[in-house]
Amino acid sequence: MSLDSHDATADGSGELLPGGSRRVAGASSGGGLRQSNGLKHLLLVVLAWIGIILLVKLLETDYPFRVTQLATMAYYLPAIAGLTVLTGINGQISLGHGALMAVGAYTTSVLLDRQELPFIVVVLLSVLTASLVGLLVGIAAARLHGPYLAGATLALAVGVPGIAIYYRELFGGDQGLRVSPPSSPAWFESLTGDLGRGYITVLGWALALSVLFFLSNLVNSRYGRQWRAVRDDEVAASLLGINLGRSRVLAFVVSAGCAGVGGTLLAVVTRLTAPLSFTIVLSLFLLTAIVLGGLGSLLGAVLGAALLTFLPTFLSNQALSAGLDNSQAANLAPLVFGLVLVAVMLVAPRGLVGTTRTAYYTRKAHKRQAAQAKHAGRA
Amino acid sequence: MLVVKDLVVTYGAVPALGGVSLEVPAGKITAVLGANGAGKTTLLRTVSGLVRPKAGEITLEGKDITGLAVEEMVHRGMAHVPEGRGVIAELTIAENLRLGGLFRKDAKESDADEIYELFPALAKRRNLSAHTLSGGERQMLVVGRALLARPKILLLDEPSLGLAPRIVAQIFGIIRDLVDRTGLATLLVEQNAKSALSIADTGVVINLGKVVATDTAAALSADDELRHAFLGF
Amino acid sequence: MQQFLNVSFTGFTLGAIYAAFALCLVLIFRATRIINFAQGAQAAFTTYLAFEMIDRGLSYWLAVPLAIVAGFVLGGLIERVIIRRVEKGPEINAVIVTLGLFVAIEALIGILFSQNQQGFPAPFGLQGFTIGDTVIALTGNDRFRIVAVAVAAIMLLALFRFTHVGLRMRAAAFGQEVAQLLGIRVGRMLTLGWALAGAFGALAGILIAGGGFISPSYMQGVVIFAFVAAVLGGLDSFTGAVVGGLVLGLTQSYVQSYIDVNLVNIAALALLLGVLVIRPGGLFSASVARKV
Repeated sequence: MSLDSHDATADGSGELLPGGSRRVAGASSGGGLRQSNGLKHLLLVVLAWIGIILLVKLLETDYPFRVTQLATMAYYLPAIAGLTVLTGINGQISLGHGALMAVGAYTTSVLLDRQELPFIVVVLLSVLTASLVGLLVGIAAARLHGPYLAGATLALAVGVPGIAIYYRELFGGDQGLRVSPPSSPAWFESLTGDLGRGYITVLGWALALSVLFFLSNLVNSRYGRQWRAVRDDEVAASLLGINLGRSRVLAFVVSAGCAGVGGTLLAVVTRLTAPLSFTIVLSLFLLTAIVLGGLGSLLGAVLGAALLTFLPTFLSNQALSAGLDNSQAANLAPLVFGLVLVAVMLVAPRGLVGTTRTAYYTRKAHKRQAAQAKHAGRA
Repeated sequence: MLVVKDLVVTYGAVPALGGVSLEVPAGKITAVLGANGAGKTTLLRTVSGLVRPKAGEITLEGKDITGLAVEEMVHRGMAHVPEGRGVIAELTIAENLRLGGLFRKDAKESDADEIYELFPALAKRRNLSAHTLSGGERQMLVVGRALLARPKILLLDEPSLGLAPRIVAQIFGIIRDLVDRTGLATLLVEQNAKSALSIADTGVVINLGKVVATDTAAALSADDELRHAFLGF
Repeated sequence: MQQFLNVSFTGFTLGAIYAAFALCLVLIFRATRIINFAQGAQAAFTTYLAFEMIDRGLSYWLAVPLAIVAGFVLGGLIERVIIRRVEKGPEINAVIVTLGLFVAIEALIGILFSQNQQGFPAPFGLQGFTIGDTVIALTGNDRFRIVAVAVAAIMLLALFRFTHVGLRMRAAAFGQEVAQLLGIRVGRMLTLGWALAGAFGALAGILIAGGGFISPSYMQGVVIFAFVAAVLGGLDSFTGAVVGGLVLGLTQSYVQSYIDVNLVNIAALALLLGVLVIRPGGLFSASVARKV
């Protein structure tokens, strides 16, 4: 997970255990640590969800807009998390994840419109559809690198909305489809009380947190390690027996499924699925979020989702009070995001989480070295 | 002409040169010898400015040039033929040659004729793409290109690499002849110590980033122990 | 038959613009190995500058060269100030920077100028001409576009092939270190490359605007298609950029007229993937994909 401490054994420091081996402060026994991590994450996720429920209950009467914003964050989060895994951990850049969200959103909209299916089934089917598209794209993308991959996914991002317009009977054309979100079941309401529109927020976060949990397990598993290996050194990875194509496609499929969840929630939260919701700017905003949060970091994904949700409204409010007109104010968020994206790449390419983490571990390592030097000096 | 004093170079935490000193007088060839990884290429790259030294001094014609930009080194009369030759394969032979003298204000199109005279193999194919050249021809091209800069000192990094002995002898002969005729100073890095010592005036043997011997070429060739230990013959 | 001809002409005209932009992208890619996704936004910016000037009474024929100069300066500035710092690092960093610039510049246009669509003047007639019985839908404006792009492209290529500066730029693009060792100020060559691309893009941006409407995002489609064209042709090849541009222009025109306008983008995607499957480096690429 983090820096491990093989270094200290060379100078003989550390506790001497029976059998002659040394246990160094900070080291751990592999398997036990992994298990406790999974459990820790599960606990975290459940607690977070309970926290969201409490927050929604607190805010829903007086601050309904905030509750909706929380719901917005819930639909960005799975897509951002999936994308950060794809790009940060597997090294594949995608400018088309907005299109994959669209796939999820449209599937959900069509199913909710026509059938009487339980919501969870709708979600699963949307994820499945998005994953299938991800499979196709992933297969094509597995052979492409860098700018070529960027180009192909870019073409995807602009192509998918066109399909929605073409098949206008099914997808509602330019106007899109209206979505009626699921209402909260009685058993749930008996536990939490009537949340009103807050139910969607709570439901959304349940799904978003599930995706996070799923991804965190995947990232720490054999698959995550394979993805990193493929990212860092193709030749070495394939010499180790990792099938490059399969590994890459898997990463794409997983991230597409996550984007599908995001799309589903987008449909249900905004109650509208139209081509205009899925412009190239959406894909670029997703990219901004993963860069700001830190490529490959799930914590960073949460941060990125928060920024994407809260910053635009904050900025346009600032702009309006500073005297800009409506359309100018609407442009302030993209301007700031674009500039911040550039600035982050120039100054702190590891993103907010990555840079802080590195700084933290570097300081820790320095402290440890200083302590050891002192100890050795005294001994 | 060129004086290197106590040059220290590190790549991050890894030491590459631990205090190297040598001299290349005008009209002489100094060969830098040693095994793979000894630091010979690092030495050349530091002299020409591609690598910044951690400590030490480099002077050309008495003026301090340590830490100057690469382009500046070239303008002051240093021509470096890098490891791997540095042929720009996408350009033609003529274009490659033209590049050599481009920065000179007094460059003329006809300058290249001297190089064609020196290396007739290049003359025939002057408008063909450089990627069609064989190894030996490429070496001729880059040496010719370097000469068109009318340098005061020539830095050559392993020119014999991958070339047949006959071609090596031919090229080395041309270089020795040029040095004798024009007073060009040459710093020659080579793994092929035998060939290098055959045309060099002085030899500097480097091992693990440090100089282990500096002497005339004749003396080095005669020192059996040294040759066996560091030079492989 | 007449329709086919006209659709082809439209495709050809479109293709000329895509080719122009693809050339800009290839120019920058060869020099710095970076895809400048912001190229379209830069062109939109300079077009809006031209629009403002024309709006205030300046002649079209004065505004255009001024905009081209602005494009030159903007391109050079961007490389020197921003791109220079990410040229050495991982590829993905530079991609993200240009994407950030893309988003930022478009937003800036909306703030500084206007978010709404505006009509942009066309310097020549917008009518086709007739040969005998057939009406050729190749307007004066179209012909101007094609000629202007062709002339500019030829000038650019002449610069590269026949001048010392061009030789230096090519050397700097093909082998930075070797170029340095030949006394070439590589940094300046890179800046120049971006500046030239900026100038050429500015011209293309104005050409495509003429006779139509501009909005801050009007270049989005063009840039994406230009990118697809460049990739199609092989990012290293100028010829490939031109061929790719023309192919895409024609594809767009045919799909638009004979199938449906909404499927144009997907058709482009399909074409791109089709080509990359057969030749992963693009049609005219010299290198072969690495296989382990």
